[in-house]
Amino acid sequence: MTEGAIIDARDVSLTFQTNDGPVHALRDVTLSVEKGDFVSFIGPSGCGKTTFLRVMADLEQPTSGAVLVNGVSPEEARKARAYGYVFQAAGLYPWRTIGGNIRLPLEIMGYDRPVQAKRVKEVLELVDLAGFEKKYPWQLSGGMQQRASIARALAFDADILLMDEPFGALDEIVRDHLNEQLLALWARTQKTICFVTHSIPEAVYLSTKIVVMSPRPGRITDVIESPLPKERPLDIRDTPEFLEIAHRVREGLRAGHAYD
Amino acid sequence: MRHVLPVLTVVAVIVAIWYAAAIWLNAQWALDTAARQDRTLGAAELVLDTWSQEKPKLPAPHQVVTELWQTTVEKNVTSKRSLVYHAWVTLSATLLGFGMGTALGFALAVGIVYIRVMDMSVMPWVIASQTIPILAIAPMIIVVLNAMGLSGLLPKAMISMYLSFFPVVVGMVKGLRSPSRMMRDQMRTWNATRGQEFLRLRLPMSMPYLFASLKIAMAASLVGAIVGELPTGAVAGLGARLLAGSYYGQTIQIWSALFMAAAVAAAAVGLIGIVQRATLKRMGMG
Repeated sequence: MTEGAIIDARDVSLTFQTNDGPVHALRDVTLSVEKGDFVSFIGPSGCGKTTFLRVMADLEQPTSGAVLVNGVSPEEARKARAYGYVFQAAGLYPWRTIGGNIRLPLEIMGYDRPVQAKRVKEVLELVDLAGFEKKYPWQLSGGMQQRASIARALAFDADILLMDEPFGALDEIVRDHLNEQLLALWARTQKTICFVTHSIPEAVYLSTKIVVMSPRPGRITDVIESPLPKERPLDIRDTPEFLEIAHRVREGLRAGHAYD
Repeated sequence: MRHVLPVLTVVAVIVAIWYAAAIWLNAQWALDTAARQDRTLGAAELVLDTWSQEKPKLPAPHQVVTELWQTTVEKNVTSKRSLVYHAWVTLSATLLGFGMGTALGFALAVGIVYIRVMDMSVMPWVIASQTIPILAIAPMIIVVLNAMGLSGLLPKAMISMYLSFFPVVVGMVKGLRSPSRMMRDQMRTWNATRGQEFLRLRLPMSMPYLFASLKIAMAASLVGAIVGELPTGAVAGLGARLLAGSYYGQTIQIWSALFMAAAVAAAAVGLIGIVQRATLKRMGMG
């Protein structure tokens, strides 16, 4: 066990039984994530990156191996509301305002009304959506909706943020902007973030640690500790250091494909 | 306003066909009557006669309209001859049965969605219940309930309920299951209880399905109430009017009762439509 690790996975394997036979979504995944890390999981579809995130969130059960989140099982961590989870789609409820959507987890967790109002205001500012509290989801653009869903995941102030391709459906320009904002948010809140993506620039730009995965069976092929500084303007992506890491990620992805 | 002309055209065509059919169906009676009186009818006389008989095979539109006018506007609504009175008798049973049917359908749907045993076992019975002709089972329900000392409104409402719970079960099962996997996972990450998930996610998501079901249930409920009035020899209600009309060959009365039933159904379903539009619009789902 790594001392002080927020997430500690040991030999995690997960096999789905399907009609076409067993699918090895994860095999022998071992990884630890330190407090304050920004970890990206990158790989082609079917490499198990989302599945691994869902295992951490107690949305899937590993077939073998063990995962500790905050030193306890994923189930206990989920019940202790240790993480916020951002899904691929914003998944806002159309019948609730933006404020109402962000309040939803707080209502479920039984926060007092004044606390709810305060939290909603805080996280809306955090994602740069102040003043949109009373708007309905359909009145917002796709990028703003996804920001609102991030605000919702932040509302109950969990230390861990699990994000499953949150910007996958957005265009490049909006994505750049949101990546910048996400880094600023991470710096301000000191959260530990696990981020699933299939974009190499996005992974390199955001992460302190990049986990390269490959499919059939889903496994980790490379873990890259990023030497980039915490402070990252968008044009850092043109520096040699950045390109070098991106190259290594690409190599890792290619190596994973050599099997088939 | 673009739709007014096509609609009026269709109505005009229907009315024209109706008048023509009235001539065709009622001509024989007019000719027979004339023959018995040793009279011969000219074409114009024949046509006018077929449109003004007392007990025609098919009453002409204006006869039905006149009857409707006389039995609604010109009669006191408490009078036993007022069609409004009879419509209200049927409508009250319809609404009671609709309420009971909706409640039963809703309860069954919740059970089917949440309880695995019910999911596996209840639906076939629900479907089987609707394959039985209601006309066959209605008299038995009435007789059995009568034996238990229940008469009047409630037996009719039971038949309405029997017809109206079905669309609600089917619609609500689908509606309560409409939240996506992702939305349910989301609730799970917040460690929401089943009750919280139901009230905050499943129930609001099912609203479009609920309203669609309620419209069908309301129409079915009215049919149920009318059918419930037929076998009892009920003295009041649209069903009673239909039955009495057919005993005495009062076709005009039958047709006006039919039109009243259609109007009541349209009004009730339309009312649900208004509530639906307002609710879904408010919920951002309209």
